[in-house]
Amino acid sequence: MEIAAIFLPLAGAFIAGFFGRLIGDRGAQIVTCAGVLIAAVLSVILFIKVGFGGPEAARTVELFTWIDSGTFEVSWSLRIDTLTAVMLVVVNVVSSMVHVYSVGYMSHDPHRARFMAYLSLFTFMMLMLVTADNLLQMFFGWEGVGVASYLLINFWYEKKSANDASMKAFLVNRVGDFGFALGIMAIYMIFGTVEFDGIFAQAASKADATFNFLGWEVHALTCACLLLFIGAMGKSAQLGLHTWLPDAMEGPTPVSALIHAATMVTAGVFMLARMSPVFEYAPTALEVVTYLGAATAFVAATIGLTQFDIKRVIAYSTMSQLGYMFFAIGVGAYPAAIFHLMTHAFFKALLFLGAGSVIHAMSDEQDMRNMGGIWKLIPGTYTMMWIGNLALAGIPFFAGFYSKDMILEVAYAKHSAAGSFAFWMGIAAAFMTAFYSWRLLIMTFHGKPRASEKVMAHVHESPAVMLVPLVVLSIGALFAGFVAYPWFVGHDMNAFWAGSIVMLTGEHGSIIEAAHHVPGWVPYAPLVAGVSGIVLAYVFYMFSPGLPGAFVNTFKALHAFVFRKYMFDELYDALFVRPAMKLGFGLWKGVDIGVIDGLGPDGAAAVTRRLSLASSRVQSGYVYHYAFVMVIGVVALTGWFILAR
Amino acid sequence: MADVPILSLTTFLPLVGALFILLIRGEQEAVARNAKSVALWTSVITFVVSLFILTGFDPSNPGFQMVEEVAWLPAFNIAYIKGVDGISIWFVLASTLLTPICVLASWDAVEKRVKEFMIALLVLETMLIGMFTALDFVLFYLFFEGVLLPMFLLIGVWGGPNRVYAAYKFFIYTFIGSVLMLLAILAMYLTAGTMDMRVMVDYPFAGNMQIWLWLAFFIAFAVKTPIWPAHTWLPFAHVEAPTAGSVMLAGVMLKMGGYGLIRANVQMLPEASFFFQDLVFFMSIAAIIYTSLVALAQSDMKKMIAYSSVAHMGYVSMGIFAMNQQGLDGAMFQMLSHTFVSAALFLCIGVAYNRLHTREMAAYGGMAKNMPRYAVVFAIFMFASVGLPGTSGFVGEFLTMLGVFQVSTWYGMLSATGLVLGAAYMLLLFRKLFFGKLDKPEVKAMQDLSPREVAFFAPLVAIVIIMGVYPASFQNVYNPTVEKILADHQVSLKAAGLIEAVAPATAELRTETPATQPASEN
Repeated sequence: MEIAAIFLPLAGAFIAGFFGRLIGDRGAQIVTCAGVLIAAVLSVILFIKVGFGGPEAARTVELFTWIDSGTFEVSWSLRIDTLTAVMLVVVNVVSSMVHVYSVGYMSHDPHRARFMAYLSLFTFMMLMLVTADNLLQMFFGWEGVGVASYLLINFWYEKKSANDASMKAFLVNRVGDFGFALGIMAIYMIFGTVEFDGIFAQAASKADATFNFLGWEVHALTCACLLLFIGAMGKSAQLGLHTWLPDAMEGPTPVSALIHAATMVTAGVFMLARMSPVFEYAPTALEVVTYLGAATAFVAATIGLTQFDIKRVIAYSTMSQLGYMFFAIGVGAYPAAIFHLMTHAFFKALLFLGAGSVIHAMSDEQDMRNMGGIWKLIPGTYTMMWIGNLALAGIPFFAGFYSKDMILEVAYAKHSAAGSFAFWMGIAAAFMTAFYSWRLLIMTFHGKPRASEKVMAHVHESPAVMLVPLVVLSIGALFAGFVAYPWFVGHDMNAFWAGSIVMLTGEHGSIIEAAHHVPGWVPYAPLVAGVSGIVLAYVFYMFSPGLPGAFVNTFKALHAFVFRKYMFDELYDALFVRPAMKLGFGLWKGVDIGVIDGLGPDGAAAVTRRLSLASSRVQSGYVYHYAFVMVIGVVALTGWFILAR
Repeated sequence: MADVPILSLTTFLPLVGALFILLIRGEQEAVARNAKSVALWTSVITFVVSLFILTGFDPSNPGFQMVEEVAWLPAFNIAYIKGVDGISIWFVLASTLLTPICVLASWDAVEKRVKEFMIALLVLETMLIGMFTALDFVLFYLFFEGVLLPMFLLIGVWGGPNRVYAAYKFFIYTFIGSVLMLLAILAMYLTAGTMDMRVMVDYPFAGNMQIWLWLAFFIAFAVKTPIWPAHTWLPFAHVEAPTAGSVMLAGVMLKMGGYGLIRANVQMLPEASFFFQDLVFFMSIAAIIYTSLVALAQSDMKKMIAYSSVAHMGYVSMGIFAMNQQGLDGAMFQMLSHTFVSAALFLCIGVAYNRLHTREMAAYGGMAKNMPRYAVVFAIFMFASVGLPGTSGFVGEFLTMLGVFQVSTWYGMLSATGLVLGAAYMLLLFRKLFFGKLDKPEVKAMQDLSPREVAFFAPLVAIVIIMGVYPASFQNVYNPTVEKILADHQVSLKAAGLIEAVAPATAELRTETPATQPASEN
């Protein structure tokens, strides 16, 4: 069953990819959708078995040896414990909904089979990532989803912007992978293995180990964890390595929903949660994670306030929510992070697919300045977007409310400088989240229609094949938080996780328990922030539409800086991209051709040529030249004989 | 099969085919056709015969197998000795597999002097196999030099417009190296009194003599590998060489360098290898970073792949001198992987070149639309070259980095920058060829892969993926040999007083490493 749940998408991808022309577009759609839907059902069954089957239910299916080199032995195997089972459900359910949705969304595209194949390939790689039993297999899935993401961002490969975005995504992720790979090597040096069981069993005994890294004697686990975190930063678009995510919106919208919102970008969160037994012994590393996550949540939210592309607003919102998950991990509340990961997957996929439905209705328009006044025309999509935004803003009884509150509470309950920083950043971000969510809703659906009449005439509700997945996801966005709360972070937490996540307990028990004893105002703070954000958005965009312009004019410089995404792209371009090209060219022309060839073969050849030229000049053929040389020679010889004696 | 001299048979079978081709007379077209089919059949039969070497090979035996020994010049202790061990066997098979592929790839691409071309290709195969199986230094040297001649002709006769310069550059570089190697071999002969390489491996050469011998060998092999800064002949040779020449050059000839480094430098001169470790690391890292950056600046696609070869071979030299299991294993694997990946990439470039007769990337664009099969094949090898897990490229790259990381975190970290740089230029290349609008009429007119082209790409795709998913099947063949080499190496160093005790395979750590045990928590 495990094998079917994981390899069915691969089979679908293979059939659709290589025999797409044979079975036709319809055939490819059926094969891939069926594969992922069956996988989704199987993973729900697995989830129930493993999550509620007690500690013995977790299992590992070993397939065969992958790499065998001395003491470095790695196998292909599928590890199914609660943490994996949660991810299986999230990945397969969202993926199957996106598959079905794509049938409708991509119905006019000539390359439907290829699209479905890529989606299924992505799903398989993501499943390999979450079922990995060792770091190297995780790296396989990790890079694999990177490739699938590259292919999907670049799906419309004739567009230059898509080419740019896909390359950027792959390369920025590679920078993260550079850290991840070094992290794996460090882990191997510390533990002598890269298999999770072996690592986790030794983690406590290595708590004080040190090793030499780049000439410094450093705390081994902190160093390894930070290297791994660099990998997580790349994949999960944390501040510094985030520049690829907004550009990745060049891909078709279902891709944004699946890869750049619900699943792949959360891989970093999953990896850190998976490595919780090691991170627990690297408090410094956790502090770094907290600060960076909090900063990401805040910065991304500020950028989200200023953007006009409907997908980019949601993309920055995703980045911001990922920041929440990271600082939750930073304060040691891994279950809270995974809880938010799960609820976020539902409501963010819902928002993206809803946005896709809007774009579909608006004849591929993505700029919110050209929308407005369409809520009556597409009421289904409108309702779905409301549900998604309510969940995102953390309004009570929607999914996001439970998970976001939990995260802010644990941040407060940490009682450390990093925790407080994260808490206040999180509250500020919650306010901004609500604001830009309603800014999006109002600009897109309300007010006067700003699109051309031709576009407006075409506005239509999406077909059922697109709406049904939205409804399924909205059920998740409505109930996932309420239903799953007791298992993920509530009373049944320990039985549910069954050791798949390790949290060291302090004086007052684990951090999650401590979060239940925070002061009374703390749980209300995010709600107040959210509601005021919504109210402010109504004031700005519904009741007094002149305000945003006036506001922007007052803070022109600041707005420009934020609007241009804090100039990260310009900075990296000037720091890395252009110098690398210049350096490459200089090394080629200067060193390779100039110095090495000049002194080496070309130089040797030139010297030989000059010598032979000189010697050939001596052989002039004139008798008097030779006679002259002979006379000189005789004189010199006699002179030497006379003087030497 | 025990009494059939299988190694000699494999070595000289191509030569027999070449003789047959030599005898072909008649109409020019008929000659060309017959020469091609004789060459194809010969190389395929040779490949089949070479498979018996693999089936007869006992992986658990780390020593030389299928040894053939015939007295040659007994007065001088020089003999005809052949044999394979875990290190050399894969290179023999790589040579026999790539030759028929090269014949197929040159089917239409070579139009003039087809007969001579095929003869050169088959002679090259004989020389390569002969070199990898030789166990007597005289024999080794003869074959090692013998490889130069057909390759010199392949570049100089069938090459591009600047072929003469490239051929001479190639010749000068490799010849200087060879002369130094000859001197070193003579010096070793005078000391040890034999040319038998099996004896040399165990012979304890004096410490300071090792230094000089090591340098002489190293220069010879560094040129072949090539190791920075002795690499500048390679881009020219590749650019001018015909596709088949590039494939053999990148696929097998470069591996002569790596093979020689293991066989002569590491096995015979352990103390000097220990002494020069940092030098090799430095040069390898320079190769990885420097040539990757240079590759980024290229506009000629063949030159870009040529520079990427230098970068990939940097991992090999670095892994070899890490002197631990992962490093040497990884170096072996990286060489094998590079054999197929670089060969395939040059074949891929040949596909485009045969259609449009230019290597400028800017002349292409948007080919994903009219050549989807080609795009898929190219993409697979691009990702293999980038070192994507699941392809052969990852295993070697990762293991060598792991090996080096254990020796020095600095070098390990610097080599890992190749992950980013390598991806940068390959993605750039792929993008320029396949993405964007298909607006150039001559590119639009290009046909997708023909069945013949699919026929020679298919086995390469299969190998690259099998090597990536189940590398253990390849590693098992050479692992015992690698283990023995490392154990011998440790013993020699200990005897020379360079290290205190035989170190364990894993790196040092301040705390004790308890045996791994299954976790009790889950």
